[in-house]
Amino acid sequence: MSISAPGYSHFSPRRVGTMVMRYGMLMRNSWPRIIELVYWPTVQMIMWGFITRFFLTHSSWLVQAAGVLISAVLLWDVLYRGQLGVSLMFFEEMYARNLGQLFVSPLRPYELVASLLVMSLIRTLISFGGASLLAILFYRYSVFALGFPLIVFFFNLIVMGWSIGLLVSSLVLRYGLGAESLAWVAIFIIAPFSGIYYPIATLPGWLQPLAFLLPSSHVFEGMRAVMIEGVVRTDLLLIAAGLNAAYLLASTAVFLRTFHVARVRGLLLNVGE
Amino acid sequence: MPESRQPKRGTDTAAESTAAPAVIAVRGLTKDYDGVRAVDGIDFQVAQGTTTALLGGNGAGKTTTLSILAGLLLPTAGSVRVLGEDMLRHRYRVLHRMNFSSPYVDLPMRLTVRDNLRVFAGLYSIPNTGKRLEELAADLDLFPFLKRPYGGLSSGQKTRVALAKALLNEPELLLMDEPTASLDPDMAETVRGYLMAYQRRTGATIFMASHNMLEVERICDDVIVLREGRIVDQGTPGELIARYGRQTLEDVFIDIARQRENGGGDSNTVTGGEPAS
Repeated sequence: MSISAPGYSHFSPRRVGTMVMRYGMLMRNSWPRIIELVYWPTVQMIMWGFITRFFLTHSSWLVQAAGVLISAVLLWDVLYRGQLGVSLMFFEEMYARNLGQLFVSPLRPYELVASLLVMSLIRTLISFGGASLLAILFYRYSVFALGFPLIVFFFNLIVMGWSIGLLVSSLVLRYGLGAESLAWVAIFIIAPFSGIYYPIATLPGWLQPLAFLLPSSHVFEGMRAVMIEGVVRTDLLLIAAGLNAAYLLASTAVFLRTFHVARVRGLLLNVGE
Repeated sequence: MPESRQPKRGTDTAAESTAAPAVIAVRGLTKDYDGVRAVDGIDFQVAQGTTTALLGGNGAGKTTTLSILAGLLLPTAGSVRVLGEDMLRHRYRVLHRMNFSSPYVDLPMRLTVRDNLRVFAGLYSIPNTGKRLEELAADLDLFPFLKRPYGGLSSGQKTRVALAKALLNEPELLLMDEPTASLDPDMAETVRGYLMAYQRRTGATIFMASHNMLEVERICDDVIVLREGRIVDQGTPGELIARYGRQTLEDVFIDIARQRENGGGDSNTVTGGEPAS
């Protein structure tokens, strides 16, 4: 008789926790991975900090809210890190040719998804927290001054990052690691339409409705409303949350469907280029 | 712990096998990849507590069949029952009771051997993980490299770690692809002895693909010979050797392979090879 506990519970927190522990071990054993978490957001924050300093003496709009660019770059990085946290952790399984080992165990695909999301949250908190503390040190600007809305902005952006991360992971599972560069570039296709550094009204009229299909555009509009007008736009945040719920469900469904296709095509064993 | 070097030539085991309940029952199993038929409507059963080998040349369909049994691959047609459950619909009812080892899957390179085994112990919900790891490390001589990254091990050491992972949950069904690949003869002998002792102790069923004919002769109760996705012969090692009038299973394997080269054999029956008269 096997000594393993029955694996047919539909969702096992222990299995999810085990996968999170596995990704944590990977981070612990690789200092470049830890540095990489904080490196880019810090570099970006420093660059945009200097740009802010310059514009403060040349732009009346920016003077109204000195930290708007730094907040924007930090929050944009939440979206980017959220996506990378899912995609890169999934790629680790493919680099290691480990998917076959994982899925002969009782681990279910949606438990893997759950562990990727938890790990993405941990990585993003480290990344965002580190860069935000350095912003206080360098520019005496605290993004935490946004207060409660910051938490709503953070979760809306990270959930959007998860959706994109799951779609990228699906593509890589289906088409192999040759498609992994998508992880680094996919997010930038939405950057111009998210209104990170400028209001959505800046976009051509025909693009604005499309931009508002992105949760990120509502978040950054909401961020500017808080910082410039001192108003919390709950309407924008609710729309962002609704869109995110739909996109996360859809991207999880795409991932699970791709997993099924991988079982049909033998991709769980033959992963690679 | 060397076992007898005599092949299992008698039919006793086969007779016992038919009496024991089937741990694996496969009917009409077919798998196509982009129009290429890898497995072509095979039927077989594996009895509880036996060791069965899947033999065949490269591309015969061994790994495909094993992968379907492990739940990693979905067949194009056919049914697969493992440990009494429909593997295509309810694999999560039995995955915790089985395990799998294959050179075509790997473990994370940067994690230590101990960490890798801890992860899989967690996925299989093994109680008292530390004790279980100690037992396996002692049995498979893993202590010298338990704290080393898996990626830094020799291929033989990796094979032992993969075997330890496959035995973590004391599976009732152990699926193995080339279980002693990359091991030196001494370690291969130790591993074979360990597997046989494990089977005697637990009553587990072992189903393996192998190119090591000596190994198959010595530890397998039953052999299924695949060629081009079809079963061309089946029996105990002794029966096959006698049927083909040969001295070893390797000679039988070569005979069957050459039937293909000579265009002989398009059969799809368990006795459909071209044995010696």
